[in-house]
Amino acid sequence: MQLRLTDTSLRDGSHHKRHQFTVEDVRSIVAALDGAGVPVIEVTHGDGLGGSSFNYGFSLTPEQDLIKVAVETATQAKIAVLMLPGVGVKDDILVSQDNGASIVRIATHCTEADVSVQHFQLARERGLETVGFLMMAHSQPPEALAKQARIMADAGCQCVYVVDSAGALVLEQVSDRVEALVAELGDDAQVGFHGHENLGLSVANSVAAARAGAKQIDGSVRGFGAGAGNTPLEAFVGVCDKLGFETGVDFFKIVDAAEDVVRPVMPEECLLDRMALMMGYAGVYSSFLKHAYTQAQRYGVSGAQILIRAGERRLVGGQEDQLIDIALELSREKVR
Amino acid sequence: MKAAIVGSGNIGTDLLYKLLRSEVLEPRWMVGIDPASEGLKRAASLGLEVSVDGAEWLLCQDELPDVVFEATSAAVHRANAPRYAEAGIRAIDLTPAAVGPYVVPPVNLGDHRDAPNLNLITCGGQATIPVVYAVSRVVPVSYAEIVASVASVSAGPGTRANIDEFTRTTSHGIEAIGGAERGKAIIVLNPADPPMIMRDTIFCAIPEDADPDLITDSIARMETDIRSYVPGFRLLSEPQFDAGRVSIFVEVAGAGDFLPAYAGNLDIMTAAATKVGEEIANAAAADRHVTA
Repeated sequence: MQLRLTDTSLRDGSHHKRHQFTVEDVRSIVAALDGAGVPVIEVTHGDGLGGSSFNYGFSLTPEQDLIKVAVETATQAKIAVLMLPGVGVKDDILVSQDNGASIVRIATHCTEADVSVQHFQLARERGLETVGFLMMAHSQPPEALAKQARIMADAGCQCVYVVDSAGALVLEQVSDRVEALVAELGDDAQVGFHGHENLGLSVANSVAAARAGAKQIDGSVRGFGAGAGNTPLEAFVGVCDKLGFETGVDFFKIVDAAEDVVRPVMPEECLLDRMALMMGYAGVYSSFLKHAYTQAQRYGVSGAQILIRAGERRLVGGQEDQLIDIALELSREKVR
Repeated sequence: MKAAIVGSGNIGTDLLYKLLRSEVLEPRWMVGIDPASEGLKRAASLGLEVSVDGAEWLLCQDELPDVVFEATSAAVHRANAPRYAEAGIRAIDLTPAAVGPYVVPPVNLGDHRDAPNLNLITCGGQATIPVVYAVSRVVPVSYAEIVASVASVSAGPGTRANIDEFTRTTSHGIEAIGGAERGKAIIVLNPADPPMIMRDTIFCAIPEDADPDLITDSIARMETDIRSYVPGFRLLSEPQFDAGRVSIFVEVAGAGDFLPAYAGNLDIMTAAATKVGEEIANAAAADRHVTA
């Protein structure tokens, strides 16, 4: 079995880094991953192109500068960018392509695939490779997810990902969803899986996805990502070696990259702690973690309570502003 | 004043009910392109003349409207606008086409009374630009950013197929009408069931030494102005001040005319359109009075 791996530490890791990547961080990480044979490296603000904002956090370095240096540094790896319709716009995709990105990954909440149609069409017209992200995939049953995948594939998406944004899926829940997408898409598009570590299952879930027919798998070296982190890519590479799945990535080189290059760039390790567990358990978008910490501190309320309420309110990716409203609500309740 | 609604989707149908309540606007026609449209059925049963042949049909009638409300898509309105102008019909544009000047009733309703074509920006723009303006009229705003969260079921196919137009048009409106030096707009569709009521967050970058009371007071006055035509608009909390930033959280509940109350995004758009239409009708009546 052959799998194509995408490292997303320079995109999902942007959340953990609070969007403070420097050109030097990107240069060193891309060089290390490229040298280990990682075929695709994603570089963008954590919330996708145009994500630098009050709502999600301002980037220290303009993301296009980071994309440029990633493209300059990579010798074999392709550079991918993420965009969320409603946050970024088509022009952002074009600028990224001008700067050398060759894969665009377009992400929607998993019931809203039709907002991505115009972006997939544009990307294909411009000769970009396309990937679609159905985020918060735990919130929909396999059949509903497959229908949304069909919308993306018909619009020109070449690989639709089951994206476990909340790290809430458990083993068979992953394979059922991947199988449903494979059955729906056939030869029209590949299927991928993007996991998070919030219930400690990201590597196992990624194996389940591969066995169910996923051809592309995401991870972040050292788990450098959102929530409790993403699928630790070096661990997954090692597991793939054991299982006989071909990834083209050198285990020893990526282990060194994780330890010697990536870890020093991380502010701290991504932890499977109380807050992260709440996200996996309550089905909360992993990128909310740092924002929940910030608002908990600002308003003197419990961060775990913010996340639980975000789950109850059925917030989706992008609604970080509502965490402030929840914190205000909790502080009013405290006063009462 | 005789009015026509072009477009029979969520917005057009919600608008229908508001125009029927108006004392100065008389909705006579509603046209669409979808024979299965719920909006056209309702319009017909309420006594309007309807057609599935769109603006084409409308412009061939012996009697023409004085004002047309366009609730189609930006591309369709760009094509229709010159034809309305040729026929001497005023256009109130509820698409993001922005052929004519932007209008946000509590900010600049009086400025463009005579314009042949007026644009209402976007639903998110109608809910947030007045708030940006409320801040920028008392302190300089170097940057303003809005986040609009709307229930998935209230975002029709036009909005979905053209989501970039929402962000671009709203951003321009934040600058041109809101008075921010730079604007950014974000829209999020939320499929929660039961559907969430429209929520908007407005972040403004303000000077570090800005007077919070002055800003809070200006926003409160604006809230009152907006509530005069959108009763479901309310601040969820006091404006929040952090270093160099004020954050304002609002909710917009709809009047429940077509879609239920969660669809405040439709309501604020159609209420603004009705308000603009009435302003035009009243101005025309005043003109007639003067010339007589």
